[in-house]
Amino acid sequence: MKEQLESLQNEALDSISKTQDLKKLQEIKVSFLGKKGSLTSVLRGMGKLSKEERPIVGEVANRVRSSITAAIEQKNEELEAKAIEKQLEDEAIDVTLPGRPVQVGGKHVLTKLIEEIEDLFIGMGFEVQEGPEVETDFFNFEALNLPPNHPARDMQDTFYITNELLLRTHTSPVQARTMREYKGKKPVKMICPGKVYRRDNDDATHSHQFTQIEGLYIDRNVRMSDLKGVLNNFAKKIFGQDREIRLRPSFFPFTEPSVEMDISCKICGGKGCSVCKKSGWIEILGAGMVHPKVLEMAGYDSKEFSGFAFGMGPDRIAMLKYGIDDIRQFYVNDTRFLKQYHNA
Amino acid sequence: MLVSLNWLKNYVDIDSITPEELAEKITKSGIEVDGIEYIAEKSKNVVVGYVETCEKHPNADKLNLCQVDVGDQKLQIICGAPNVRQGQKVAVAKPGAILPGNFKIKKVKLRGVESNGMICSLQELGIEEKFVPKDTADGIFVFPNDVEIGEDVEPLLNLNDAILEFDLTPNRADCLSMIGIAYEVAAILDQDIHLPEVKIKTITEKAQNYVSVEVEDKELNPYYGAFIIKDIEVKPSPLWMRNYLIAAGIRPINNVVDITNFVLLEYGQPLHAFDYDQLQSEKIVVRRAKENETLITLDEKERMLTTDNLVITNGKEPIALAGVMGGANTEVSEQTTTILLEAAYFDGFSVRKTVKATGLRSEASTRYEKGIDPSRVKIAGERACQLLYEYANGKVLANSVEVDSLDCTKKTVEITTNEINKRLGTEISTEEIVSILEKLRFAFDQEKDHFTVEIPTRRGDISIFEDMLEEVARIYGYDNLPYTLPIGAADAGALTQRQNLKRKVKNFMESSGLMEGITYSLTDLNNSKKLISPDIEEENITPVKLAMPMSEDHQFLRLSILPELLRTLAYNNARGQRNTGLYELGSIFITEEEILTKQPEEKLRLAGALTGEWISHPWQQENKKVDFYVVKGIVEGLFEFLKLPATFKKEKLSDMHPGRCASIAVNNEPIGFIGQVHPMFVKKMDLKETYVFDINMEKVFSAYKKEPETKPIPKFPSITRDIAFIVDENVVAGDLKASIEEIGAPLVKKVRIFDVYQGKNLPEGKKSIAYSLVYRHPEKTLKDDEVEESYQQIIDEVNKKYDSYIRS
Ligand SMILES: [Zn+2]
Repeated sequence: MKEQLESLQNEALDSISKTQDLKKLQEIKVSFLGKKGSLTSVLRGMGKLSKEERPIVGEVANRVRSSITAAIEQKNEELEAKAIEKQLEDEAIDVTLPGRPVQVGGKHVLTKLIEEIEDLFIGMGFEVQEGPEVETDFFNFEALNLPPNHPARDMQDTFYITNELLLRTHTSPVQARTMREYKGKKPVKMICPGKVYRRDNDDATHSHQFTQIEGLYIDRNVRMSDLKGVLNNFAKKIFGQDREIRLRPSFFPFTEPSVEMDISCKICGGKGCSVCKKSGWIEILGAGMVHPKVLEMAGYDSKEFSGFAFGMGPDRIAMLKYGIDDIRQFYVNDTRFLKQYHNA
Repeated sequence: MLVSLNWLKNYVDIDSITPEELAEKITKSGIEVDGIEYIAEKSKNVVVGYVETCEKHPNADKLNLCQVDVGDQKLQIICGAPNVRQGQKVAVAKPGAILPGNFKIKKVKLRGVESNGMICSLQELGIEEKFVPKDTADGIFVFPNDVEIGEDVEPLLNLNDAILEFDLTPNRADCLSMIGIAYEVAAILDQDIHLPEVKIKTITEKAQNYVSVEVEDKELNPYYGAFIIKDIEVKPSPLWMRNYLIAAGIRPINNVVDITNFVLLEYGQPLHAFDYDQLQSEKIVVRRAKENETLITLDEKERMLTTDNLVITNGKEPIALAGVMGGANTEVSEQTTTILLEAAYFDGFSVRKTVKATGLRSEASTRYEKGIDPSRVKIAGERACQLLYEYANGKVLANSVEVDSLDCTKKTVEITTNEINKRLGTEISTEEIVSILEKLRFAFDQEKDHFTVEIPTRRGDISIFEDMLEEVARIYGYDNLPYTLPIGAADAGALTQRQNLKRKVKNFMESSGLMEGITYSLTDLNNSKKLISPDIEEENITPVKLAMPMSEDHQFLRLSILPELLRTLAYNNARGQRNTGLYELGSIFITEEEILTKQPEEKLRLAGALTGEWISHPWQQENKKVDFYVVKGIVEGLFEFLKLPATFKKEKLSDMHPGRCASIAVNNEPIGFIGQVHPMFVKKMDLKETYVFDINMEKVFSAYKKEPETKPIPKFPSITRDIAFIVDENVVAGDLKASIEEIGAPLVKKVRIFDVYQGKNLPEGKKSIAYSLVYRHPEKTLKDDEVEESYQQIIDEVNKKYDSYIRS
C-alpha cells in the first residue's frame, strides 16, 4: 500500500508539473484529493491494514497528501501569475495616442499684469480703490487742478457725454474721490486700476479704450525720495532686478514737481536701439509730488500733509514686457493671442 | 519746438558739447528732447561757383551748357534748371561729391557733351521741399552776390546744423523762444548768456502822426504797441535768416514776414505787420467782435465772428483776429512800402477761445495761449524794427504808439534750505542752493538759509514754493535724489471683500475652461439695446450716447457685455477659431435719462459666450458640442462655489432661442439669464449654435457670505432609493425635483436626476423622469421601514400633484 501511495504521489506530481492550465489543475486536484479522488480511495483501504501498519501508512498518506497539495498550490500561483501577465499583455495600449483634453481657460494678459501690480503695491501698504468710468468734469479735471480752458486739457482728448459728464480720461478722479472720503485727516495709500477712454482713432499704438493704474500716497513728511524708492521697487519687480530707473522733469497739472520715469532699455542694455529711440531709456510712467492745490481742494492741509502720485498704463507695460506691437490685440481677443499669456 | 544749434550758439556757448550730450542733459533736467535731426547728411565737395557763361546745349533744347568758375578750377557743367543764368553764384557739386541719398557726382556725357559736376537745388542738398522758399523751389538755388567763389556751401546754407526737437510740456512756454532756451541751456551748462543788442535808429517823424491806438477791453489786451516803418523794400531776407527759419521749420517768404517770424522765434513774442496803406484809416481800435461780424483771414477764408473773439479793427471793420491771424486785406505784399508793426500782449484764455471757435492755430496763438513774457513785448517790437532797418531799408518812425496797462511786477517765492531738503529727502547745502539760483539767473535775497526768490517774468509757470522746489531739484539733478521708502509704508494693505470675490470668480471661470476677454465698453446703435438681462430693474433704460463719438462703432455705452463678446466670438470664428468659450467681468451703464443729468449707475456683470465643440476627443468617440447644459453646468458650478442657491426658470427673451433660455434667480431674486442666442441673431455674424450667460455681480456680492461654515462630515450611512415617474411631457424636471425635496424633507438630503426618457414603450405625450434620492439622518442609522414610509409618501403625493405614475 505504501508503494501504491508513492506511485500515486509520483503520478500526481508528474501531471501537476505538466499541466499549464488552471482548469486542468483544478481537475487534477479533484481527481487526486477530491471525495472520489484516487488518494481518498486508496485511504479508504486503510481499514484493512493491521494496527502496526496503520500509523506508518497513515504517515506516508499524509506526506503524500501535503506534497500533492503543496505542489498544486505552487502550480496554482504560478499559473495565476502567468494568466495575469497574459491578461495585462492583452490590455496593452498605444501610449502615444492623445489624452482626453481638459478645457483650460485663463485670465486676460492685462488682468494678470494688473493683479501682479496690485499685489506688489498691497505689499507696500497700498489699498486698491475703484471708481466710476463715467465721471464728472469736476472729478476728472477740476479737482485735479485742471480748470476749464486750462491748456493742459489739450493733452487729453475727452469723450464728453454732456458738458458736465464724460468718460474718464485717467483713473486719477478716483484719487480725488478717495481723498474727499478721507476728509483731509487720514493718510491715503492707494492705487486705482481701471478702464479709461480717450478720443483717439484706434491704431497700433492708440486705443480709444485702455487701462491705467494710478497711485496716491499722502501722509505727513512724504518726500520725493520716497517716490523714487517706491517706483524703483516697482520697476525692479515688474521688469527685473537688472533694470535701472531714471526720473526726468515733466509736467502734470496735479503734481509739482512732476516727473516721468524711464527704465533702462533691456534690448540694447542702455546703448541705444530702435526700441528706445536711441536713448537707452524707455518711458514707463508719469509721477510727481501732489500739487498743494489738489491737497487743499480735497481738504488736506498742504503744510501738514504731502504726498506723491503716479500713473501708468498696463497696456503699454504689457507691450514692452512681452514685445506686443499692436495695442488693439488686447481688445479684439483673438484666442490664439490670449492663450500665449495664460502662464504669465 | 525745433531748436537749431547753430542759431542757439549766438546766445550761449555750446561748442564744447556734442548735440547728443546736450540733448541728454536737457532731457534729464527739464525738457524732453524727442530727437536730433541733422539738416542734411554731410555733403562734401559742394562749393560756390560763378556761372561765367550759359548757353543752350547744342543737342538738347531744355539743357544749358555752363562754364562755371569754382575757384580752383573752371568746370563745364550741363544744367537742366530753367532758372540758371550767366552771372549767378550757385552751389556746385564737383565730381567726387556725394549728395544726400548717397548720390555720387561723376563726370558724365550728356547728349555727347561732357558735364563735370552738378549745379544744385536746395532739395538736392537735403533741404525738405516744404521749407524751400517758393521763388527757388522749381530750380537751382542762387546765392546773394556777397559770397566768395569756391567757398564751401555747407556753412553758407547751414547744412552742418543739428536740430533738437523739444517736446515741450504746456508749462514751459518760456522755451517757445530761442532766448528762453538759451536761459535753460545756460543754467544746465553753467554758461553765460548773450542777448542780442537792440538799438533802433529812428527818423524824426513820429508814429503818432500816422496812427492812434485805442483798446476797449484792457483785460484782454493790456498792451498794444504800434510801430510805423516806412520806405520798406520788400525782398528776400538775408541768407542767415532764411537758414535759421528753415532750420526751425518755417518757410522763408520775404524780408518783412521773415523778420516777424524770426523775432517770434527769437523772443517768443508774436508780431504782426500790416500794410499801412491798406488800413484805410489812421486808427487802430482793439475790441470784441460784434455778433456775426466777418473777417477774411490771411488763408483766404471768411471767418464768422462772435463777441468772444477779440479783433483788431481800423475803427470800422476787423483787420485781424487778435493773436491768431491777420486779415487778407492788410497783408504785406511786394508793393508794400509802409508797415504798421504790432507788438501786443493778448490774454491767453481769450486767444484760446478764438482758436477753439475758429479751429485756427498759429505759431502766434500757441504762444499767447501758453503765456508770453510781458517784459519782452516792446523790446521784441524794437528788435524787429532794427532788423527792418538793416534788411529792408526801412525808416523807423520815432516813438511807437502804445496803450500800456501791462503788469510786469515780479513775483517772489520764499524757500528755505531746510524745507527743500525735507520735501526732497536730500541734504542739499545752502551754498548749493545759492549756486542753483545763480545758474537759473533768478535774483534773490538771502538771510542765512532763507531765500526770497524773485521770479523773472519769463517764467510765468513759477508762483509757489513747489514750483521752486522743482527748479532746485531739477538743476540739482533727479539722479542725485536718494532712494527711500515712506515711513508709513509698514502698514499692511489688502484687497477688499469685493475685490477678492472678483478674483475668485475669475479663477473659477478659468478653472471651468473659459478664457477672459476684455471688450470695448462703447458699442454701436444696433448692439446698444441687445441681449439685456431681465434682472435689470429699471424700466425705461436707455443707452448713454457720446456727444461726439469718433466712430459709429463706438458711440453708446453698453447695457450688456454680450453683443461685443459675441463680436469677439465672430472675430475668432472668422479666423478659423471655431471652438471658443470666453467670459468678461465688466461694467454696464444704466440710466433712465435721455439726457444725462447725473452719472449712470455702473453695475458689474459677469457674461460668457460659448460656441463650437466643448470636448473634442474623436479617437475615443468622445465629442461634445457646447449645448445649454454645458453652459448651465458652468453657471451652476459657479453658484455652488459661491454657496448661493440658484434656480432656473424657462424664459422668453428677444434675440434668444424661445425654447432654450432660462432666467436665473437666487433666493427668488432675479440675477441673470442663460441660453442659446437666437440662430437668426448669430447667423448674421456667421456663427453657429452659440450659448451665453449673463449674471448680475452686484447681487452676487450682496448675497455672498464671506466666512465658509464648517459642518461636521456625516457620521451615519446614507440609503439611496431610485424612483421613475411617468408624467405629462410638459412637466419640467426641476419642478418635480423641488416637490420631491419638499415632501422628502428633512430625511431626503439630495435628489439627483439620472434619466429622462420619452418614446418607445411610453404612451404618447408622456415622459419618464428618474430620480435618485439620498436619505440620511444626522444622529442615527436609518431603518428600512423609515425610508420606505417616506418613499411611499413621496410617490403618493407626487402622483396626486402631477397626475403621474410609477414606471416599473
Ligand atoms: Zn534700446
